[in-house]
Amino acid sequence: MSFELETASNRESLRRVAIDPVSRVEGHGKVTLLIDDAGEVQEARLHIVEFRGFEVFIQGRPYWEVPVMVQRLCGICPVSHHLAASKAFDRVLGVERLTASAEKLRRLMHYGQILQSHALHFFHLSSPDLLFGFDADVGKRNIVGVAAAEPEVAKQGIGLRRFGQQVIEATAGKRVHGTGAVPGGVNRHLSTTDRDALKAESATMVEWARGAVRLVRRLHEADPERYFHFGREESGLMSLVRPADGALELYDGVLRMRDADGSILLDGVSDQDYHRIISEEVKPWSYMKFPYATHLGPERGWYKVGPLARVQNCDRITTPFAEAERQAFRDQANGSIRHGALAYHWTRMIEMLHAAELIHDLLDDPDLIAGERMADGQRGHEGVGIIEAPRGTLIHHYTVDENDLVQWCNLIVSTTHNNQAMNAAVRQVAKRYLSGKELTEGLLNHIEVAIRAFDPCLSCATHALGRMPLQLELVGPGGRLLDRLSRDG
Amino acid sequence: MRDTPQTFLLDGVPVPFHEGQTILEAARAAGRYIPHLCWHPDFPPHGSCKLCIVKVGGRHVSSCAMPARAGAEVESDTPEMNGERRALLQMLFVEGNHFCPSCEKSGHCQLQALAYDLEMMTPRFNHFYPDRPVDASHPDVLLDFNRCIYCELCVRASRDKDGKSIFALTNRGIHKHLVVNAESGRLGDTDFSGDDLAANICPVGVILRKRVGFAVPIGSRTYDATPIRVVAMQSEDGEGA
Repeated sequence: MSFELETASNRESLRRVAIDPVSRVEGHGKVTLLIDDAGEVQEARLHIVEFRGFEVFIQGRPYWEVPVMVQRLCGICPVSHHLAASKAFDRVLGVERLTASAEKLRRLMHYGQILQSHALHFFHLSSPDLLFGFDADVGKRNIVGVAAAEPEVAKQGIGLRRFGQQVIEATAGKRVHGTGAVPGGVNRHLSTTDRDALKAESATMVEWARGAVRLVRRLHEADPERYFHFGREESGLMSLVRPADGALELYDGVLRMRDADGSILLDGVSDQDYHRIISEEVKPWSYMKFPYATHLGPERGWYKVGPLARVQNCDRITTPFAEAERQAFRDQANGSIRHGALAYHWTRMIEMLHAAELIHDLLDDPDLIAGERMADGQRGHEGVGIIEAPRGTLIHHYTVDENDLVQWCNLIVSTTHNNQAMNAAVRQVAKRYLSGKELTEGLLNHIEVAIRAFDPCLSCATHALGRMPLQLELVGPGGRLLDRLSRDG
Repeated sequence: MRDTPQTFLLDGVPVPFHEGQTILEAARAAGRYIPHLCWHPDFPPHGSCKLCIVKVGGRHVSSCAMPARAGAEVESDTPEMNGERRALLQMLFVEGNHFCPSCEKSGHCQLQALAYDLEMMTPRFNHFYPDRPVDASHPDVLLDFNRCIYCELCVRASRDKDGKSIFALTNRGIHKHLVVNAESGRLGDTDFSGDDLAANICPVGVILRKRVGFAVPIGSRTYDATPIRVVAMQSEDGEGA
């Protein structure tokens, strides 16, 4: 299915339906479906229709500016870009080991990022579909509708996100686009005032996060057929894991890749060697590349990243509540690997719980309050920084010339890794739910639900929220436009 | 210089002055702030940025260069004068490439601080987007010409205090730009030092120490908590930087 519906053989004779833009995701993308006279879907593609160009315009800029500059890629998870770039330039400076204070402050910032981004995605963007149904009244299918129907769920969701943002503000100076990490370390400690304020709420956040896992688990258990098979396409999984014990690792680790059946394909790969195992394919109909495991090739080697990959790729989770939930997730799957797109939600909430627990524990650490912030090393000219961003593995790779200017840059953002997986999910849903039926708004939303499950950040910059903007075009054989239906967002 | 000061009116309030003092100097001595970018207490008036513009007897004049006169009525902190200053700031912003979000000088920058203080909300004019490559040839100092506002403080400091004449402005009008006094045009081919006064006087983000980026956290930078109109009056060099 993953490639079967990529390109139809008789494209000019098919009816074209477009979902443009896809809503309640970050950034701008569209889906096109080509449908034959019998109403069968013959082609389905997720297109990324914007172009950013950061890799080019940071060339020639001084390296110490870059961690602050590249975080402008995204307004949702700027911390991820900020930290991935800082990690890459740590390497350029020859710093392989940060000071204890620097690493813990960066980790705290990152856990705050995971918490707030996962909360935003689940409660604000996806819970309306999951709570009310994929084809429920569109006027209700938004966070305001959630607040009206489930006020406690909405309150906790908004509270979790706010807390995550406060962690970021305390470590980076601002909730969005701060300056906490600098190449070689960090520029601040956590103040005791901020520490105490966060600590006063952190146990509540752990409880709320546990509630969120219970909620999503109940949804899965109530309708297992839908939750485990919707948008299901088997593929490999990739993420960082902790080198010592294969534990879930969000900030720093080694790359591990599993096959669709759970067997380990690659393990212990240094982040500096990512380019030896990953290649990228370009397709003419999307601005987003298609990465794959080099040794398997593009057809066999595509993989998923993000919560569903991470929670199933790791051997354990280091915090007790999240580990118990990981085991429950695994047991529910009878030890097999889950590939359904909606399982992303369950694993995302397990990770959110993990982040809340990590924050709660880390806040007691005295290294956050005092201690050496910066480390030195032997200056080099190249560095890779890889971090597990909320949406998946984020890779920053730079070379720096002898005058301290960036020469070259390669960014592989999380959503790019999931490009093929999202396309495969769209095709599976199109075939299973849309083929042969009269298209309705609710049916088209099924496609968007599949895309949303991956929490894509299509531009890494913007996000659309609320009533779905939609444009449908009916194109007859020969390309003549027969009908057009559009609705503003 | 007389012993008994005379006075002029600054926004209706008497300001004493001694013979030879400019309006800006007298106002500053009296604790009254007039915005400025190219003026510095250690150098003669330059009169190029025009941010210190005031209205005296219906005429717009540079207060850094205009001698104070007894009985003069000077308008400075008025909607009209601040509107003029805002327009000047907007022109400075669109002439260069001022990307505050990733500029190391953000929070320490006088241009940015004045834009906040004078409530500049938009660039108003079309951006020029000039092509100005950085000069990273010096081992310790980076030159980012994108942010130059032609105040010539580095030119004057290098020539008059450091005795090196490293910098100059060349061409005229809209083609004016900062150059380095070396055959190659590169800072690395001069005897410029990070300890020179010229290396530490730029009011914006042109002359920056290398490998030091965002070392001062948000919230602790010069103008984060206190506006430039207060900081400038507290510091001896009139800049607060």
